[in-house]
Amino acid sequence: MKADEKRNRVLWCSIAVVALVIALALSLKGSKGLQWVISGLTVGSIYALVAMGFSIIYASTRVINFAQGEFSMLGGMLMYTFSSQVGLPAWLSFILAVTVVTALGAGFERAVIHRMEGASVVALIIVTIGFSIFIRAVAKWIWGTDPVKIAAFLGEEPLRFLGASIVPQSFWVFGFTAVAVILVFLFFNRTLPGKGMRAAAGNPDAASLVGVSTSTSSLLAWTMAAALGAAAGIIIAPINFAAYSFGVMLGLKGFAAAILGGLGSAPGAVVGGLILGVLEIMTAGAFPSGYKDAVAFLIIILVLLVRPQGLLGKPEGEKV
Amino acid sequence: MLLEEQINADGGIDGHQVSFIIEDDESEPAKANTAVTKLINQDEVAAIIGGSTTGSTLAMAEVTEKSKIPQVCCAGGTKVTQPVKEYVYRTPPSDAMAIEKLLGYVENELKIKKIAVLHDANAYGTGGADELQSKCGDYGIEIIARESYGSTDTSMVGQLTKIQGTDAEAVVVWGTNPGPASIAKNMKELNMAIPMMASHGIANKKFIELAGEAANGVTFPGGRLLIPESIPEGSEWRKAVDDFSKLYKNEYDLDIDTFAAHGWDAGLIITDAMKEAGTDSEKLNQAIEKTKGLVGIDGIYTYSSTDHDGLSVDDMIIIIVENGEWTFHGAEAEPVN
Repeated sequence: MKADEKRNRVLWCSIAVVALVIALALSLKGSKGLQWVISGLTVGSIYALVAMGFSIIYASTRVINFAQGEFSMLGGMLMYTFSSQVGLPAWLSFILAVTVVTALGAGFERAVIHRMEGASVVALIIVTIGFSIFIRAVAKWIWGTDPVKIAAFLGEEPLRFLGASIVPQSFWVFGFTAVAVILVFLFFNRTLPGKGMRAAAGNPDAASLVGVSTSTSSLLAWTMAAALGAAAGIIIAPINFAAYSFGVMLGLKGFAAAILGGLGSAPGAVVGGLILGVLEIMTAGAFPSGYKDAVAFLIIILVLLVRPQGLLGKPEGEKV
Repeated sequence: MLLEEQINADGGIDGHQVSFIIEDDESEPAKANTAVTKLINQDEVAAIIGGSTTGSTLAMAEVTEKSKIPQVCCAGGTKVTQPVKEYVYRTPPSDAMAIEKLLGYVENELKIKKIAVLHDANAYGTGGADELQSKCGDYGIEIIARESYGSTDTSMVGQLTKIQGTDAEAVVVWGTNPGPASIAKNMKELNMAIPMMASHGIANKKFIELAGEAANGVTFPGGRLLIPESIPEGSEWRKAVDDFSKLYKNEYDLDIDTFAAHGWDAGLIITDAMKEAGTDSEKLNQAIEKTKGLVGIDGIYTYSSTDHDGLSVDDMIIIIVENGEWTFHGAEAEPVN
């Protein structure tokens, strides 16, 4: 276990260094490179938060929750309802929106996933796909198809430095992502319930023998994933608007980021998300933009050929 | 259906009451195809209005052409009427017209020679970009960068920095909300000084709401009804638009939008033809093709065997967003027909 942790830390540091080098190299190329990195990290942070949601549920239950992107979509749309339609202050709207989505995530786990105890993981995954379609249909019915605007938390006037610019909302995105990943990492590695959740996934029978409830850990995972997803959807909305259909894209990118970083690993989700975000902007800027998704995903495939478990994932995939 | 109520309240067509049957295609071609088959075979309709997107319309056209039922659609795509389909007509200005209007403005007013095109990777955006590329030569304009983005992309900064690196004097964005609004915001963020031009796909207040301050200065071609003041006062057309606005406001408490107008005009064209030809689909189709000078909301319609578009470039104006409001340009050319 010790050796594992050490190896993980070494890998983690090396990737941080690589990322830093890329960033520096790009910034030397002039403001264009720095701009790509800034914009890419903003988008990438959101992918990272969505990816963390995937990873938490996967690490605790081995289920891939394809409704994860819809949690983000719902977060954004509810934020719009509370702040713009009802007129509540931003902080209160944020709390309310996250609470509603979290309750939905927890409720779904209790009402459906929990009752399917003993069902195969594949069956559960298909249920989450059905759930995502359901959420999307209801959202379309409630809010219609038009995208909506949500005011930025700190104004919209871009700040400029070294020839690149950054919108103030990006700082919220960076800050929130950093806090979220640290909390999730500490929870799973330093607290008893967190360790229990990992144990429950690794070996449900042994875990329940020593008093870890797999049922509680599944509920906890869904609750956390829903809360993280909702928050991600809310903080990106001022940059990218919100619409009933946005969950599909966020879910897909978040899933790709989770796979790239190593499914089940919180730091992996962040590394995967940030790399995917920067890659997307860079390839759009450096290649014919029609191929940008193709290039980004080609790189992901190449990485997975070399490291099938993802950048920070372990072959057994139990670490969070 | 407002039109249905109005026609029937006025005594119907030759004493017959008109009835409109509504099916929702959810803008999906497959659903449109199923719905239109049902309308023709089960409801035995005399004519069809729709669809509202190019994809749905083309899916429906396969059925209407085979069944020989006239179809008046509300979609702008070039493919709908080129080549001319015997039974398919449209009410909105075509994408091709919008492009001619915009390129004319770029050549004559902005006097710019080099533009960049940034389009949605979907059918609408790609079709528009292809059309721009094939037409720009006629206006002495060169497209020096052509980039695309996905409909739900989060950031278009990559594409824009690339355009920034060229000597393009304007960016033409072809897509529908929210893409162009994101681009307007990204351009402001990047401090890009060149003007942004867009398609009539953003001819709604939603664009201004989404893009906020970044919407100012954005220029696009649109129907005259968007700014009724651009239609000569006292003309029949102006009166039609004003009446429709009032009616719409009373009924739905909303300002008119272009989609409502496209549907209304489609109904108007069909019912007008019915007055002459009755409900026999073949005769009705011939009557629709002979429509001449019919005053609608979008413009004045004249169809012929070679033209199923009905409107002309002069039925459009150039709209510029200023202080969050639409202002118009290019109304000096009198609407023809």
